[in-house]
Amino acid sequence: MITDNNWEKNLFDIIKKHKINFLPYVPDAGHAKLISLSEEDQSIKPIVLSTEEEGVAFSGGCWLGGKKSVLLMQSSGVGNCINMLSLLSNCNFPFVTLITMRGEFGEFNSWQVPMGKATQGCLENMGVVVHKATNPIDVISFTDAALYSAFSSDQQIAVLLSQRLLGRKEW
Amino acid sequence: MVGKDINLKRRSVVKQIVDNRKAAKIITGLGSPTYDVFDAGDNDSNFYLWGAMGGAAMVGLGLAMANPNLPVIVITGDGEQLMGVGSLATIGVQKPNNLSIIVLDNGYYGETGMQKSHTSFGVDLHKIAKASNFKHSFSVKSDNDLNNLIDYLPPIDGPIFANIKVEPQLPPRSLPILDGVELKNRFRKNLNLKAL
Repeated sequence: MITDNNWEKNLFDIIKKHKINFLPYVPDAGHAKLISLSEEDQSIKPIVLSTEEEGVAFSGGCWLGGKKSVLLMQSSGVGNCINMLSLLSNCNFPFVTLITMRGEFGEFNSWQVPMGKATQGCLENMGVVVHKATNPIDVISFTDAALYSAFSSDQQIAVLLSQRLLGRKEW
Repeated sequence: MVGKDINLKRRSVVKQIVDNRKAAKIITGLGSPTYDVFDAGDNDSNFYLWGAMGGAAMVGLGLAMANPNLPVIVITGDGEQLMGVGSLATIGVQKPNNLSIIVLDNGYYGETGMQKSHTSFGVDLHKIAKASNFKHSFSVKSDNDLNNLIDYLPPIDGPIFANIKVEPQLPPRSLPILDGVELKNRFRKNLNLKAL
């Protein structure tokens, strides 16, 4: 059963169900549970990146070798990825990224706002399909559908995890 | 001129590496390294990047980690590697023993009119790789150095990094296919992976 307080575990289970091998990431508080679950799991390996576009190129190389990865990042990292996304569209590499949003709902830090506003547009301009999840049920069903579609029909799909889901970051 | 003491020629260097690849897969960085590897002999086990600057080493890391028993050689240029310089740190965390990153360092951005890159001003990618915990990092400046590097290829005791100083020359372009989907599909087919 999907409830508000176990969606992260459910999300991890969906990723495992699709036999994802690697989780390249630049960390975000919203991904912390997923990263720690993968650290404890033998079948899925977290890969720490120095910048998000590394994860785009890594995903392509991984698929060249027949394995699957899912890139975890924050919305601010999407800007870092823009040109590297051309690798995916040129080669039709399957690609899924889970993006925790900043700057769009209850944001306290104005520096997060410009990239938060531009995230969906940047992805769509580079040919990435965007699904935006605002509640725990959507996160699970959107990610399930994204993983199925991407790896069976060579698509590039982003699931945005709204701040409404993650809760306001309190300071 | 930075290249004045350098007598290694990029096409000859790449030909020697490719001739000693054995079962290794080769990923190339955009621009001259793509042309150099194609010129040394096309092969379904080559994956040429024509863009995605800064991504060659990470494509190599993804491939190497997907197949730990498959040797992977990335051949790229100094400008391309500088754009993805953080990927050397990322590789240094994972330490795949089947990955080798080879930089053909002519000190210039050749595709765009030979503007000097950072390596012309003393930045040393070999030292960056060494500090990033590559198991072996080589600075190659002579035929002897090159022969020593080739003894470590295909990589089984990596990760291996080599910065090869080559003459700043622009050999005639030798162009592989541009179609990324075809490059992907032939590469995967060669690994007995289905097209889609």
